[in-house]
Amino acid sequence: MPGLMRIFKRRKNNVIPGFGLSMGITLTMLSLVVLIPLASVLLILSDYTFAQFWQVITDPKTISTYRVSLGCAAIAALINVVFGVLLAWVLTRYKFPGRRILDSLIELPFALPTAVAGIALTTLYSDKGWIGSLFEKIGVKISYTTVGITIALIFIGIPFVVRSIQPVLESLDAGYEEAASILGASKARIFFRVVFPEILPAAMTGFALALARGIGEYGSVVFIAGNIPYETQITPLIIMNFLEQFNYPAATSIALVMIVFSFVVLFGINILQSKVNKVARGS
Amino acid sequence: MRTKVTKVILIILGGLFIASMLIMPLTTVLVYALRQGLTVFTSAITDDYAIKALQLTLLTCCITLLINTFFGVFAAWTITKFRFRGRQVLTTLIDIPFSISPVIAGLVFILVFGRIGWAYPLVESLDINVVFAVPGIILATTFVTFPFVSRELIPVMQAQGREEEEAAALMGARGLRIFRKVTFPHIKWGLLYGVILCSARALGEFGAVSVVSGHLRGKTNTLPLHVEILFNEFKVTAAFAVASVLVVIAVIVLILRNIVEYRLKREKG
Repeated sequence: MPGLMRIFKRRKNNVIPGFGLSMGITLTMLSLVVLIPLASVLLILSDYTFAQFWQVITDPKTISTYRVSLGCAAIAALINVVFGVLLAWVLTRYKFPGRRILDSLIELPFALPTAVAGIALTTLYSDKGWIGSLFEKIGVKISYTTVGITIALIFIGIPFVVRSIQPVLESLDAGYEEAASILGASKARIFFRVVFPEILPAAMTGFALALARGIGEYGSVVFIAGNIPYETQITPLIIMNFLEQFNYPAATSIALVMIVFSFVVLFGINILQSKVNKVARGS
Repeated sequence: MRTKVTKVILIILGGLFIASMLIMPLTTVLVYALRQGLTVFTSAITDDYAIKALQLTLLTCCITLLINTFFGVFAAWTITKFRFRGRQVLTTLIDIPFSISPVIAGLVFILVFGRIGWAYPLVESLDINVVFAVPGIILATTFVTFPFVSRELIPVMQAQGREEEEAAALMGARGLRIFRKVTFPHIKWGLLYGVILCSARALGEFGAVSVVSGHLRGKTNTLPLHVEILFNEFKVTAAFAVASVLVVIAVIVLILRNIVEYRLKREKG
């Protein structure tokens, strides 16, 4: 701990007391709950040769789960960007009855337990469900296919995108849009030339957040996925399957791949976020 | 005229999206929960295992809240009230649980406290079960919700600045007094907001808990896990009945959030 404390050295121009105590508590708790348990992943894998590790993470069955997880999460995040921009626009620019209720409903996926969302979406989009039966008539199956997984991930991801874009749209100076309108630009042209460039970093942050959440999501997806190997098996589920077989090294190997990927996404989000903050500050 | 048409089309599109993605799943839960009548519904939610699961869920939520609120306040205080090297690094480290799959959050505690874990001899000599027992469930939930409170507090405390605390310190106030008298009145709504978010997630956590729970009915089964078991046993009505309890909690959380957010906005502007 003293070593860690030295990294976060205090700069000497502060009069508020309690730096040592609060930094100590913060670092101790962070280490105990998050950092040390995460580091155990590497500890377990140190007994494992690289060849074994490589074999597990490049097994065709495992690779097919990356494809399903990444593919569905990316498509869901893209759809969420489109509807996220639309919803953020509607909620910030228009006044209509029920706007406040719609606005608070956006948060529902944060508040609703993922397992509840999972069984509700599975039932709703199955061939006997209200929406699923409509698609069944035109021969499209949703539950237990990758389409179903994508729908669950759209549900989980939408608040991230809307809530990233909303504050930027609110702080956007309407003067530019008015100027463009006076100069004779069409509505669509104003949106794509004036508004869109301003909200693009926020939309990308929302995309990255939804993607990161989607790749790791378990509860809402596990019911609707059907868990068919090579077809609808997602990466968190294959980790779960290895755990049920007490194959800890294999589960941990794939977990490491996911952790590394999460860190890359997290790093990207941090860079995007600083850009968004610059736009919001107006510089 | 054109503008009005665009407006109506956009509102309808957004409304359709929200109806099919958010409102209909909610309605599904309530309709399926009640479709076999009120007696089936009440017997499902007053079932012994359901009550036990509810108790465990509430216990987990309370302990998690205590730990994360304590951490959140200290972490936000450290990050916003002091100038030090590596502040951005610390913020990023705290945010790690946001981007980690819940399944992995559960897995790491098996790797620490499970039979293969390095801390296993220690917990065994103390005769404590962590994995496949209640402590594991609490730890996994704490991991998943760890950044929730600090995340909400940091922007609020940042916006408030350091001047007031510095003035209080120069006049000789001690740390705790400064926090109680100067900082706390500014952050109380933000803190409540973080606590609400954290409890919503803690009540509903599924993936992480599922890994460390072992699914022992009446012992290590939380409410979301109980829903899963019922659904997988094709007791669909019972599953939705228990799920509807969680839906009611979620709706209350949403309403509380709205009230607190309104107060928060009013305080800012």
